[in-house]
Amino acid sequence: MSTTHDSPINLAQIERNFREIAPPLTEAEAIMESHRCVYCYDAPCTRACPTHIDVPAFIKKIASGNLTGSARVIFEANPIGASCARVCPVDVLCEGACVEKTLMAKPIEIGRLQRYATDAVFTRGRDVLKAGAPNGKSIGIVGSGPAGLSCATYLARLGYAVRIYERKPLAGGMDTYGMAEYKMTQRVSQEEVAQVARLGVEIKTNTEIGRDIQLDELESQHDAVFLGVGLGATSRLNIPGEQLEGVYDALDFIERIKTRDWASIPIGRTVAVIGAGNTAIDAVTQARRLGAKRVLMIYRRTDREMPAYEYEYELAKRDAVEFWWQTAPVEIVAGADGTRAAALRCVRTEAVETDDAGRRSFRTIAGSEFEIPVDMVIKALGQQKMVDWLLQIAKLKLDAAGRVAVNPETMQTANPKFFAGGDCVNGGREAVDAAQAGKLAAQGIHLHLSGERVEFAGARVPLHEETSEIKH
Amino acid sequence: MADLKVNFAGIESPNPFWLASAPPTNMGSMVERAFDAGWGGAVWKTLGEPIRNVCSRLASIDQGPQRMLGLNNIELITDRSLEVNLKEIRECKRKYPKHALIISLMVESKREAWHEIAKQVEDTGADGVELNFGCPHGMSERGMGAAMGQVPEYTCMVTEWVKEATRLPVIVKLTPNVTNITPPGRAAVRGGADAVSLINTINSVMGVDLDTLVPYPNVNGMAAHGGYCGPAVKPIALNMVSELARDAEVNVPISGIGGIGTWRDAAEFLLLGATTVQVCTAVMHYGYRIVEDMIDGLSNYLDDKGFHSVNDIIGLSVPRVTDWGNLDLNYKTVARIDHQKCIQCNLCHIACEDGAHQCIPFTEIDGKRFPIVDEHECVGCNLCYLVCPVPGCISMVRLDDGSRPLTWRELTTREPETMTAD
Repeated sequence: MSTTHDSPINLAQIERNFREIAPPLTEAEAIMESHRCVYCYDAPCTRACPTHIDVPAFIKKIASGNLTGSARVIFEANPIGASCARVCPVDVLCEGACVEKTLMAKPIEIGRLQRYATDAVFTRGRDVLKAGAPNGKSIGIVGSGPAGLSCATYLARLGYAVRIYERKPLAGGMDTYGMAEYKMTQRVSQEEVAQVARLGVEIKTNTEIGRDIQLDELESQHDAVFLGVGLGATSRLNIPGEQLEGVYDALDFIERIKTRDWASIPIGRTVAVIGAGNTAIDAVTQARRLGAKRVLMIYRRTDREMPAYEYEYELAKRDAVEFWWQTAPVEIVAGADGTRAAALRCVRTEAVETDDAGRRSFRTIAGSEFEIPVDMVIKALGQQKMVDWLLQIAKLKLDAAGRVAVNPETMQTANPKFFAGGDCVNGGREAVDAAQAGKLAAQGIHLHLSGERVEFAGARVPLHEETSEIKH
Repeated sequence: MADLKVNFAGIESPNPFWLASAPPTNMGSMVERAFDAGWGGAVWKTLGEPIRNVCSRLASIDQGPQRMLGLNNIELITDRSLEVNLKEIRECKRKYPKHALIISLMVESKREAWHEIAKQVEDTGADGVELNFGCPHGMSERGMGAAMGQVPEYTCMVTEWVKEATRLPVIVKLTPNVTNITPPGRAAVRGGADAVSLINTINSVMGVDLDTLVPYPNVNGMAAHGGYCGPAVKPIALNMVSELARDAEVNVPISGIGGIGTWRDAAEFLLLGATTVQVCTAVMHYGYRIVEDMIDGLSNYLDDKGFHSVNDIIGLSVPRVTDWGNLDLNYKTVARIDHQKCIQCNLCHIACEDGAHQCIPFTEIDGKRFPIVDEHECVGCNLCYLVCPVPGCISMVRLDDGSRPLTWRELTTREPETMTAD
């Protein structure tokens, strides 16, 4: 793997390219924006948030100057509320639901306000969450991503002794290693990790189950175990040339960017990114920011089918990415040295039929092969499930798609001592979904071990008052 | 374009917009710039014996990004010498003969003192004097300002003194720091006042600094109550203006003061009986330039409504103000929500639920949940209409046909045992 700095632009320019795309609100902006909020009752933003943060409440606390209280409302419903403030797809969640959209065409900037409040407590070093009195029980959590951190937070609040096992050097999971650098730096996820640690949660990094501690030890040391292991490696292309130099896995590429050691990050002149999901967008936009001259997004279907969010697609468009729709890679071709990728051989596809759900399928067009000269290929095809690893756990059941089967209310798996949540259960969704799963799992674990039902903020869609018939 | 000229107790003014006696009229150069900006008149910052001010002097009440909804001050009358002020007044009047230049006065409660200053002002060529019987801070502790205005006998007496000494129109500026504005208003008229102006500022403590625990404005760790003005006081001023406007004994022109910042505010004061309006806080906030839209907006309003002169609207709403006992108990309105416009913020629901009569439940329309008014339960209080953020979404609809009006007075005359409506 090449580690030379190949970028045609200088490091200062790269640093500028990676500035945050959503800068923090100034105090004046926060005052203005928080007062613009209508303060809906039974608010649509709160319903739309997977963790059901009481959005009007935290915004009005910003307006009243109670930033500590505002951050408490956020973190009580979502322990990773600072990351979510930056990486949530707010357009399709809270802000999309904001009735302001209908009133004045511009929703309240909920994400940025959430950042304003959570930044304030981190800056001031104010702890807004408290650990419960120790109850003598111990929980092991595998994975320190959004689901694991969330679950650990609620369990610590209930008085459990919690230990998180993380195989990476830093805790935080995808929030630490997988988010586009212009959306969020590692500092934010590390502040959240530190907040969890201050609740007394023990976080053992560089600790892999099966290598540093065995599954049976894990099971015997804890009263219950939460699996927040996420997903595995990026799916393979299964085409010739995948092993060549210059071919990267999107998540590895993104993870290297998180170091901000620009000179050590490989970058080609012409970069082909294969896939059209949100990770593929993160790869193309960051490849451009690192100085690639041409960045191509290669996808066998069209923009109608692309899984990336609309606003993510817009980001890629703004970065002058070339979109090669209805193009499927068939081979990565080596250059004269025989070891480095020099071209991507592709084939054209055509839409053939539409299934009952309105989805079109695409087939390759015989004889339409062509080659694009590239010097870097990034695979962004989605992640595989950790089926083999998960099946080591006795009695655990997976669904047909390889996802851990759980009771959706308690997140308890088929093995009653194991609970699970996040990507390994939902197949790969947002950090905020994982945070909610961690919350539900903590409630489930507590019910399982104590028989007591607790309900944390935002555990359910807020009370929906009944509609009624009116006699006229 | 409608005629904006007014004649106020004999004082001609190109428009009804005057600057109130306050910092914006502190000196000749300021008043001249104001006249250049379009102000029709100005009441010069109060003349009197030299004083010494404190630092700091102002504090405000804000609503989020909206600054200075209310302003308070503990500044006193002019801190410049009488000679300099009189000289500048004379020059200003000579340069701006067509503008209204009124001089605010406040001296100790001695007949000779009032005689002396009134004569000196008349000699400058100014158009009138305004007796400051309203300043609620500092000067009142020395037996001046509000100390005069709060005792109708004093108000009458000092007005008589000034009338003895000058032929200029005398305006008496009243304090709102009284339980009933009518007795001081009548006292001014009995004393010979040619007009009254109101309101002066209201006694106020603006707030407390939560870090130092010292109320605002902080003067070396201590605070004193000051005079409150700005948009927040407008309803109080409108009430007092309309009270005097509908009092038969107060048959002199009124200059309305209190929270006026736009032509709309001004029009409301005119409709409730003011002939001119005086502005201070809005100018302190945004500068003399605001008068341009006040003139433009009032003029367009008059044109739109078919009035040829601003004089045509003065007092038009006064007959619409009455006592509660004369209101029609049978008038019935209910709220209606336009679900095409409703954004489902549900503020009407929660306001009605917790602050009114629990008559806005939810209903399902085309799969969406909307608040809806139960008209049998609705008392027509207006609360939902007031909280709704969408213009035109909630309207108050009249249900009675107006054929059987009934007032509480009529009801209790007919059935003396009835003290409340059914």
